[in-house]
Amino acid sequence: MTVAWSDRPVEIAGVKLHVSRAGKGAPLLVLHHDIGTLERLPFYDALAQRFDVLVPHHPGYGKSPRPEWARSVRDVAVMYRWLLAGLGIERASLVGLGFGGWIAAEMATMAPRDVERLVLVGAMGLKPPEGDILDQALLSYIDYARAGFHTAEAFAAVYGAEPSTDQLEQWDICREMSFRIAWKPYMYSQTLPHLLGGVRAPALVVWGSDDRVVPLSAGKVYAASLPGARLEIVKDCGHCVDMEKPEALASLVRSFAGTK
Amino acid sequence: MHFMFFTEQPMSAYSSAEGLKFGATALMFSNRHFDPVAGSRLYNEYLEQYVVAEEAGFDGIMLNEHHNAPFCMQAKANVFASVLAGVTKRVKLVLLGNPLPLAENPVRLAEELAMIDMISKGRLVSGFVRGGGQEQLATGVNPAFNRERFEEAHDLIVKAWTQPGPFRWEGTHYQHRVVNPWAVPLQKPYPRVWIPGVVSRETIIWSARQRYPYIALNTSIEATKKIWQTYDEAAAEAGYTAGPENRGYLQRVHVAETEEKAIENARQFMWMQGEFTGLAHPVWSSPSGYFSPTQRRAFVEFASGRAISPRGRPDFEQQLKDMQIIAGTPKTVIPQLKRILDETRPSIMALWANDGAVSHEDSKTCIRLLAQEVLPALREHGDRLGLKSPFEADVPVSIAYSQDLKKAAAITSVTPGARHSSGAPARRAGS
Repeated sequence: MTVAWSDRPVEIAGVKLHVSRAGKGAPLLVLHHDIGTLERLPFYDALAQRFDVLVPHHPGYGKSPRPEWARSVRDVAVMYRWLLAGLGIERASLVGLGFGGWIAAEMATMAPRDVERLVLVGAMGLKPPEGDILDQALLSYIDYARAGFHTAEAFAAVYGAEPSTDQLEQWDICREMSFRIAWKPYMYSQTLPHLLGGVRAPALVVWGSDDRVVPLSAGKVYAASLPGARLEIVKDCGHCVDMEKPEALASLVRSFAGTK
Repeated sequence: MHFMFFTEQPMSAYSSAEGLKFGATALMFSNRHFDPVAGSRLYNEYLEQYVVAEEAGFDGIMLNEHHNAPFCMQAKANVFASVLAGVTKRVKLVLLGNPLPLAENPVRLAEELAMIDMISKGRLVSGFVRGGGQEQLATGVNPAFNRERFEEAHDLIVKAWTQPGPFRWEGTHYQHRVVNPWAVPLQKPYPRVWIPGVVSRETIIWSARQRYPYIALNTSIEATKKIWQTYDEAAAEAGYTAGPENRGYLQRVHVAETEEKAIENARQFMWMQGEFTGLAHPVWSSPSGYFSPTQRRAFVEFASGRAISPRGRPDFEQQLKDMQIIAGTPKTVIPQLKRILDETRPSIMALWANDGAVSHEDSKTCIRLLAQEVLPALREHGDRLGLKSPFEADVPVSIAYSQDLKKAAAITSVTPGARHSSGAPARRAGS
């Protein structure tokens, strides 16, 4: 089953965002990790069987140029609202992966009624009541990316056992942008937890059982703060559920967001 | 010439076995290994060494600071500068320098430096640095805005020193309702600013555009020549001709009464270079955004262990051969130091005299021998080469106060924000 992806730039706030799109169905915006994303992933293909999937590169990550002015993750959330409006999408479901989960949560709090379904996977954005979000500033690019996987084999299957220097350079670019918008407090907002209660979209919170990047305690706060949210744990899986257990996650998303 | 004594103020009084076991000791090596009794002794020994350096005939004392690291126990250059402002009488107090981006309040720095200048009766040279990569992590300052903060903090400090307050500062990284420090420098228009550096081309060009002397920190002779070429081109573009008065050089040199002892002690220079205890892990010394995007690939390769440091780390014997480290009796080091002067032509020279676990007595002997037996020969040689220091040449403090520019450069007050809106290197208005 080959999925036909189209890639095109969409200008938002002076930045030509790189947006990949495929599939038919209800619109689904997928927001990637802080380590960027590979151009295509089995998880994206699986979603495109059921949804109209949009995978933008975050501004300043991958193929999207950096907005020099951006200072917060909330800025990115506003840009994605602008993107949806610009594409004429009235209601979309959001799937936020790790760092992208923080962006999705911010988007959902901004206009509580217009998100169809909210899926947060190992989402950053909250200060975990137990443990800390792993600090990539102290880790090499490879060690940080590896920390997102339960097994070394799963990491190697996506990036290769020894990622290329080009890949390392890409991770450096991503890291620089993450620092620009989420340096302090590192990878969380002090105000977001107070605003989650207003979200009206049904929410699903997914966590890998072995998430070493964002402690599960943060997932429990999300599940408790988002009205009616459910928490799903994916067994034998690290932070990057989308890359380590793509079928399991796609199946969760399909059954949660694929029905009216 | 202007000769300065320098020591990193090594905190070597801890178990080197523990250091070796841990690996890179800058940033994360636990301070439970820091012994404040030894720390107190060492601080006072260093203080005594500075006093000896003045008495023996050095022109200046170079101070610096680092954080979370045994290789340098001076965590705040302004503290030692304050002490020395009171206890010394003649030497220049050369701070190379205050790490501007680490400052959350540059006005506070402007005040401290003004106090040091007044207490020392106008002996302050106020250098500024970006701070090492790991120091951004040690102080929690965003490495991605390091250079922008450096430039903006500099502009704010210079304005606080030269324009009467109160004024308001609405910058990109700094906002101040009321800038009106009741402490201004004694030296007018403001204390000299020298900029030390190692690799960043942007810093060299920025220094040249400001007309601030650039102090090459123990770079190889070849690299140093390239630095001057970059500096000279930027200077010419800014409307003046750079000369020895724009150039400084830091040299590791240890002198003792015998060759054997000098070599043995000079080995301690390898202590902070990683042979004994290590500096920072490459990931910590090159956080994303800290280095220029043009060097991204080189630093990525370095940080992942796929290439050696872009700064290079040759072994002791090679460094002796290349004169990166000079060691011997006064008789044997003089010709080598003259070669350094011949090749690099600085008017400002810092002599980094000891490191690691060199004893207090040997350090003092080294300082005396340098000042009394080596410096006279170097001064004579410097005179022959026409190496006049900024003080001797009486050059303007900065480009804004230059009357000799080929292009007109008016003294303009700096407006925050205007210069920081783009990614392009800032240019002083009017130049």
